Amino acid sequence: MKEIRVLSPVGMLGYGFPAESFQKGLEKKPHVIAADAGSTDAGPHKLGAGVGIVSKEATKKDLTLMLTAGCEHKIPVIIGSAGGSGAEVHLNWTLEIVKEIAKEKNLHFKMALIHAEVEKDYLQKKLAQGKIKPLGPVPDLTSKDIEEATRIVAVMGVHSYIKALEMGAEVIIAGRSNDPAMFAALPIKEGYNPGLALHMGKILECGAMASTPGTTSDCMMAYLREDCFIVEPTNALRKCIPSTVAAHTLYEKSSPLHIIGPEGMVDVSGCKFEQYSERAVKVSGSKLNKSEAINIKLEGASKVAYRTICIAGVRDPIMIKQIDECEKHVRNTVLTYFNDISPEDYQLIFHIYGKNGVMGELEPRKEIASHELCLILEVVAKDQELANTICAFARSTLMHYSYRGRVATAGNLAFPYAPSDIPTGAVYKFNIHHLVEVDNPDELFSIEIVEF
Amino acid sequence: MTKEVSIIDLASVIRSKNAGPFELTFDIIFKDKETYEKVKKTKVITKELIAKLYHVPIEKVLYFVEFDPANAIKATIVRPVDSGSIGETDVYGAQQHAPLLEIKIPYEE
Repeated sequence: MKEIRVLSPVGMLGYGFPAESFQKGLEKKPHVIAADAGSTDAGPHKLGAGVGIVSKEATKKDLTLMLTAGCEHKIPVIIGSAGGSGAEVHLNWTLEIVKEIAKEKNLHFKMALIHAEVEKDYLQKKLAQGKIKPLGPVPDLTSKDIEEATRIVAVMGVHSYIKALEMGAEVIIAGRSNDPAMFAALPIKEGYNPGLALHMGKILECGAMASTPGTTSDCMMAYLREDCFIVEPTNALRKCIPSTVAAHTLYEKSSPLHIIGPEGMVDVSGCKFEQYSERAVKVSGSKLNKSEAINIKLEGASKVAYRTICIAGVRDPIMIKQIDECEKHVRNTVLTYFNDISPEDYQLIFHIYGKNGVMGELEPRKEIASHELCLILEVVAKDQELANTICAFARSTLMHYSYRGRVATAGNLAFPYAPSDIPTGAVYKFNIHHLVEVDNPDELFSIEIVEF
Repeated sequence: MTKEVSIIDLASVIRSKNAGPFELTFDIIFKDKETYEKVKKTKVITKELIAKLYHVPIEKVLYFVEFDPANAIKATIVRPVDSGSIGETDVYGAQQHAPLLEIKIPYEE
């Protein structure tokens, strides 16, 4: 029987996984070991500021296990969306870690680096040619958006991975990638059904999350055959059941019926999820509808402001009852005092936990039932100094505001920290979330070979 | 006999999460096929209900799908602000599900 085996040690490189689970996975003789290292989930800051969300040490620890095993057993090791957002700075950060590991462990391999950061001139040309369209509920792209972006990445599919494997890469460190691509590439190269391979990749990209008890910090093994794939966590404490695998098919997708990527649309509407053995689930029926044109997703982030926050608690019931009035007072006082500063240069935001801190305008409950509130005074402004200034003034105004019926005249806020105000630096937004039509993905993703 | 049953007693998963930085998606996954089919038949959970629970106009509910293979109902709305932008309250969108927990289903025993 034809079968290809894919090991996903962890749902996010740097989250950590048990070495025993990984060993169990290796015993099943995987043909490829792959892990996802990025996501847009943590917001635009990583892409904008060029940082990651996991530590270097944690990434090194996970990668050491993977690279050592890969070299010892001659199994390709693939990392996608390197460094958190897959731009050049993230790729280089990961490359330095790989260099350290290769040196310390005396490992030798041929590595492909796949670049995903996009040149602005190239995009301007594409925009002028009318080849860029919005992805989801976003406005049309403008030339100014491209100029303002700090960094722009394109999201690669299996194409570039397959090319790197054909070039003889034993290790692939790739920039921003469609999540399933790193798992599906080798199987698709070997002629397996691309619909099943991509669906399998979607299940594997979060490690053992599609099992129960689910977690991203443990290993999942997939067995892809001609007409189905089987998934099983390698840790005997976990198991897959049809509902956990079906549930993961829906996870983080707009629509459950299709998994959309650069290759086209995987139709999962006719899928079957069956218990295959005690801890394994068999999935069949996923089909790829190839797209006519090649559309590649673009992600860009731009710097929009600087932020300072102040965290404070309120325990006085007389004040809690009037919290909206207190907010209004602070807003008005700030506006009056800083009448020499344009109100467009800053924004004062009240996060009131105990009222609607979590859901904001989506919160259906209007009454406050809590005996204490947590306030976060947030100021975003055109520069850090202004954010600090407004935040300090808003804080002192609220601290000493003599609201109606006040009996506690010493101060209105309980600060858990000194200093009370915390500058958090630049604020970014996703200003590009679009599709670009290309003749060939190679226009966007270049491959560089590095020998260790 | 028909009685009102809390969705919490019928579903094994009720969650919210980003679907990309501009959309927020809700999954309600039922305990088994039988429960799922019963709930589906009541037509209580609709696109309109999602719009009502989150105080958003119906055009902001981008998808509403009953997904039989997973015994699941899924809806996706436009995020109030794009993930991590100014005014954000929940970067991952993982704590926006609570209004769904209030759903009651007229259920035949």
